[in-house]
Amino acid sequence: MIHILLSRLRQGHRTIPYPKSLPALPEIFRGRPVVDASKCANTSGAGSENSCQLCADVCPTEAITLHNGLPHIDLGRCLFCPECEAACPSGAIKYSNEHSLAVRGRDDLVVDGKTEYRLARQLDAELMRVFGRSLKLRVVSAGGCNGCEVDVNVLQTITWDLGRFGISYVASPRHADGLLICGPVTANMEEALRITYDAIPAPKLVIAVGACAISGGPFYQQTEQRGGAASVVPVDLFIPGCPPHPLTILDGLLRLLGKLG
Amino acid sequence: MNKSEFVPFNNGQTLALSDIPESSLDEFCKAIIQGVHGGLRLVCFCADADLRLFAVLAEDAAGQLRVGWTQLSQASYPSITPHCVQANLFEREIAEQFGIVPEGHPWFKPVRFHTSWVEGRDAWGRTSIPEPAVMDYFTVRGEEIHEVAVGPVHAGVIEPGHFRFQCHGETVLHLEIALGFQHRGIERTMVGGPHLLSFKHAETVSGDATIAHGWAYCRVLESLAGVQVPPRSEWVRGVALELERMANHVGDLGAMAGDVGFLPTASFCGRIRGDWLNLSAAVCGSRLGRDWLKPGGLRFDLEPELAKLLLPRMAKAWTDTRDAIELLWGAASVMNRFEAAGHVDEAQAREIGLVGVAARASGISLDVRKDHPFGPYADHPVMVSLAESGNVHSRAWVRWLELAESYRFLTEALEGLALAPCDPVPEALPPLAPSSVCVALTEGWRGEVLHLAMTDSEGRFSRYKIVDPSFHNWFGVALAMRGEQISDFPICNKSFNLSYCGHDL
Repeated sequence: MIHILLSRLRQGHRTIPYPKSLPALPEIFRGRPVVDASKCANTSGAGSENSCQLCADVCPTEAITLHNGLPHIDLGRCLFCPECEAACPSGAIKYSNEHSLAVRGRDDLVVDGKTEYRLARQLDAELMRVFGRSLKLRVVSAGGCNGCEVDVNVLQTITWDLGRFGISYVASPRHADGLLICGPVTANMEEALRITYDAIPAPKLVIAVGACAISGGPFYQQTEQRGGAASVVPVDLFIPGCPPHPLTILDGLLRLLGKLG
Repeated sequence: MNKSEFVPFNNGQTLALSDIPESSLDEFCKAIIQGVHGGLRLVCFCADADLRLFAVLAEDAAGQLRVGWTQLSQASYPSITPHCVQANLFEREIAEQFGIVPEGHPWFKPVRFHTSWVEGRDAWGRTSIPEPAVMDYFTVRGEEIHEVAVGPVHAGVIEPGHFRFQCHGETVLHLEIALGFQHRGIERTMVGGPHLLSFKHAETVSGDATIAHGWAYCRVLESLAGVQVPPRSEWVRGVALELERMANHVGDLGAMAGDVGFLPTASFCGRIRGDWLNLSAAVCGSRLGRDWLKPGGLRFDLEPELAKLLLPRMAKAWTDTRDAIELLWGAASVMNRFEAAGHVDEAQAREIGLVGVAARASGISLDVRKDHPFGPYADHPVMVSLAESGNVHSRAWVRWLELAESYRFLTEALEGLALAPCDPVPEALPPLAPSSVCVALTEGWRGEVLHLAMTDSEGRFSRYKIVDPSFHNWFGVALAMRGEQISDFPICNKSFNLSYCGHDL
């Protein structure tokens, strides 16, 4: 017993003070990408018009399309890999350290150097009344690589202490207020996901975590999957990443519950 | 007939397909059966769309692999499984993928529940799309016998799988595991590659083993392209793999503590695991090591300055790790549960072909890093960590020994890397050798990861086979549960901590 107590003293209090202050992220962390139109060869007037498509060519998930020459990044598909940034000769695409990525609408997952990024707004008044102080989530892993599960799980550790925000993961859909889905929804998980969703009492929320659950991610071309959670159930919150950083996931949950800013 | 018909080669070596003589079906089956009875392991057994069977055997003590193949004249052959249990899942997989029937297979069921890759040729004669986990389960009949079915969706943040327990009271007589819910079709999509997404698919075979699978893929490509990776880059890859091992072993030991209700270690390790993941993130920006590697070398090198900075951070994480885990060995309530549960003896483990932590916990000295050294492990060897009892405690203890050994490797590596300048950024790889085969093994934190690639006459993948350690080990979980209480399933399962997606591909 004495060893346990001494160990407890040595290990100390380790819950991070977030959201009062942000935990340090490594400099090299790839957060929300930024498109700088003034640097893009197609729009800066430096090169011949709309001839460069290096970023779109190297993107493994076709997340980048060119709109009037300017790269348009679909963050729902983006794997946050360094390919586009490395391929762009003029530095028009750069990853920032910005961890806030969650949105309410699939169409909001856009970085194009023009539109302002529309971060998730909080639930409407009635849902805030129901879920604002206590949100119980059922987590369903539906065909991903277990990477998102890793960082969803991490929020339960003492570092993040998800419970202090009134959010927890529960063991039955009957106990849940919503569904947190990882994975592209494989054909083999479609029915189980539907049954789990149906078993949650209304009103209910659905949160899609990771590129797979939003768009199929790296598996988007596979016929063995359905292309994300929204193909099966209505989604209320999209949290992009491959996998999203735990901070990004928590940021999304807290925005939904109006607990940030 | 002797096993010499199979061509010997080394881990990561490329062979021209024309250099591997064809065996007759009879010789082929005998070579596998006699080889395995003589102490070799069946590390890979697969087919291709042209009705060819390929097998890779490992002679671990000699550091050698052997490959052989045979051409079938029809879509069936006599099953090897009755004489060689290690072939069980491989034969079912071959049947499911290519409609080739292993006649006389005693346990002939699908593996992942998908339609055949060869249109119109289904091993079970099915015409409709298979439903996941719908099959004939092994059942026990008798008075007071009952069945408990669990999953696919489990009560936690866990991947999906379906478990059927045959029980008498609390005692489990048998457990059958049906997987395939995570099947994304990774092997199928590799064909015709390498594509833009192929490396990503390798990394996402099992996200918690991103480096182990990513590295195996890189090694296959580099060997087929005839490219040598500079020693310093290989050393950095070793750092990536060992950091992955540290994070996962710490997480597993914490989770095992949690499953027996010992909260101090469970809480501490949950946090400390993050410290190890964050060390990977400091180098490549991703906690799971995504995009750290790149075919030909590294995407993110570990610069000498950064190596110096990471050393004290790593030392701190190790101090916390030791402090948290040593509590386990002094807690009677933990030892009592760990020692009583989940026994798999050495003979069983050898027969079913366990690999990795689970094999070493049953006293089998098996570690790709030592037996078939790759990357930096020939110049910077690691000791194989062993235990004997084959129970939950042994699997925990092996992890604990491996943590210390990996930490030693990491310290030596970071100290060395702090003194050596980075290698130049790797060039794009030249085209792959046509009509060749390459097999690359790595030792991930769960165990042996195998990637096999065959190329066509243009150097594109004509077949890509991936064997995650979980594929070998899931049957071990079933054996570990025999005679146990059903309430011990979580701790038994956690002591293996196998990958569902790695199995399902």
